[in-house]
Amino acid sequence: MKTLAAGVEGSNPTLNIIIFAVFVAITLVIVFRASRNTKTASDYYAAGRAFSGPQNGIAISGDYLSAASFLGIAGAIAIYGYDGFLYSIGFLVAWLVALLLVAELLRNTGRFTMGDVLAFRMKQRPVRAAAAISTLIVSFFYLLAQMTGAGGLVALLLGIEGKTAQSVVIAIVGVIMIAYVLIGGMKGTTWVQIIKAALLIIGALVMTLWVLAKYGFNFSSLLQGAVDKAGAAGETLLGPGKQYGATGTSKLDFFSLGIALVLGTAGLPHVLMRFYTVPTARDARRSVVWAIVLIGVFYLFTLVLGYGAGALVGPDDIKAAPGGVNSAAPLLALNLGGPVLLGLVSAIAFATILAVVAGLTITASASFAHDVYASVVKKGKPQPGSEVRVARITAVVIGAVAIAGGILANGQNVAFLVALAFAVAASANLPTILYSLFWKRFNTQGALWSIYGGLIISIVLIVFSPAVSGKPIDAKTGKSPSMLQGVDFHWFPLDNPGLVSIPAAFLLGWLGTVLSKERNKKKYAEMEVRALTGVGAEKAVQH
Amino acid sequence: MSPTDSGVSDSPPDTWEQVQESAEFRQLRHRLRSFVFPMTALFLIWYLLYVLLADYAHGFMSTKIAGNFTVGLLFGLLQFVSTFLITWLYVRYANRRLDPLSERIREDIENPVTKESE
Repeated sequence: MKTLAAGVEGSNPTLNIIIFAVFVAITLVIVFRASRNTKTASDYYAAGRAFSGPQNGIAISGDYLSAASFLGIAGAIAIYGYDGFLYSIGFLVAWLVALLLVAELLRNTGRFTMGDVLAFRMKQRPVRAAAAISTLIVSFFYLLAQMTGAGGLVALLLGIEGKTAQSVVIAIVGVIMIAYVLIGGMKGTTWVQIIKAALLIIGALVMTLWVLAKYGFNFSSLLQGAVDKAGAAGETLLGPGKQYGATGTSKLDFFSLGIALVLGTAGLPHVLMRFYTVPTARDARRSVVWAIVLIGVFYLFTLVLGYGAGALVGPDDIKAAPGGVNSAAPLLALNLGGPVLLGLVSAIAFATILAVVAGLTITASASFAHDVYASVVKKGKPQPGSEVRVARITAVVIGAVAIAGGILANGQNVAFLVALAFAVAASANLPTILYSLFWKRFNTQGALWSIYGGLIISIVLIVFSPAVSGKPIDAKTGKSPSMLQGVDFHWFPLDNPGLVSIPAAFLLGWLGTVLSKERNKKKYAEMEVRALTGVGAEKAVQH
Repeated sequence: MSPTDSGVSDSPPDTWEQVQESAEFRQLRHRLRSFVFPMTALFLIWYLLYVLLADYAHGFMSTKIAGNFTVGLLFGLLQFVSTFLITWLYVRYANRRLDPLSERIREDIENPVTKESE
């Protein structure tokens, strides 16, 4: 047991850094080349709408398969068995909401941001401001989760243990990410996503085949291996309940999480924005199909990798390693292919964080520049070129905030922050998007009530949840699993607010609408005809 | 006018309502909604059923079918299968039943010359 735990220390940090530096160098060259044609707002925000469906589909999977998916889910399966698998199913099924209800209609009615669609037939300024606030908050939590994950990963992979040194690495990640976004805009960012997605999926495929080959391509023997390695309670890995089955409250919490996962994806601003990078609604559909296939296959790989890490490395060694649960996949790589494979997998995991962070930054900066600056501040008449300049400045500011937040939040629970972003997106954004696309009577007051209502309810419930304060102290670590230590002001029993906040936001959207006299029959006619036929949707930019 | 109109729309505003009330467009809307709404209800119910089973029926989900392969793993993998299947069904439906109709309506709006009211 001890020899394996020492294995992480036996990894080669220099090798890890070299492999990662090569990735950064190659992608920076590509981003520079891609930037040559970035001139207009459409180039900067939507890559000139010139990506094909398959390209965008790969980029979507690159945006979506964050470090939380790769490291988090594989680790959860290795330690909690079946319960880790439940995450991947929620993350995958969620894409049907995007495919059936959102992607194509959104592509046809908007230009750059979520606010374009929500404000289409409403009073522009209040709705755009609300959409931008919601986008910034969701992106910020997601961003924080990724930056925090970077800190933890560094501890594990580069053997950097000191907080100061970790902070320096988080800052370096932030600076590289800002460079991608500033130089390459959406086109450069998309190429980074494509490269990273390809590396991640190929890497996972190789490791999956490797693990299966060790068990004679017999999945049942692999499961047996995981059961044997886990010791006395090993059998429980094969069924649900190990992580969430303890009490009635934890079961309800899992149900709440399940709802937030399946409804959150189609409300994530950085996912929605990707649909604008293709020329037509049909390409938007094609991109979702590609994304569903790639994401689905990837989650099947993580099932094998998770149980493989459980069987070959063992839950005790994973928990003991620096980085804890998140170290399952890297430790499995070390076990299979030695320091070289560990270096490759580490570099891929790092690239994953970098790419997701870049995607989030461009989304948040576009929302601020397009919805707040151009529409709210300049009342829809910005100086030519000034919008993109504002977007670039915003990207730097957001990058700086993310670096600072990542350093402050270093050591926090990554999965908690991601689940938070999903719950807020499902509460504030999805009801508003669906009403906006499908309900004729929906109006400005309804939109404002569902966005602000969803935001406020979900965030208040999170602040007063046991995830933030008041969980009993864990005897093993001597710390409470809550975010804050030594205080207890929680009154909401669940970690995840989705069960309450999502229905509440739907209800508020309805109530706000029927209590307002505003009707916009003409604009709805225009929106619906455009949404379903693609009339007047912006085409690809020719360079 | 919304900023989405800048330079891309030159149809007079009242034609939107005309198109929206036309028989062709109503058929397109009906075809879209009669597929996506029931399908959404179906996969959400199927997913929630799975989540509830995994959450509250531990014994049933841990039953072994073959070797170490449990009912829970089978149900989980069936969620993958149903997701892929619904994706395939929707794409096929959209290509056959939605796209031709929406293209026709779009062309009628963008080139009004070719369209004569009957």
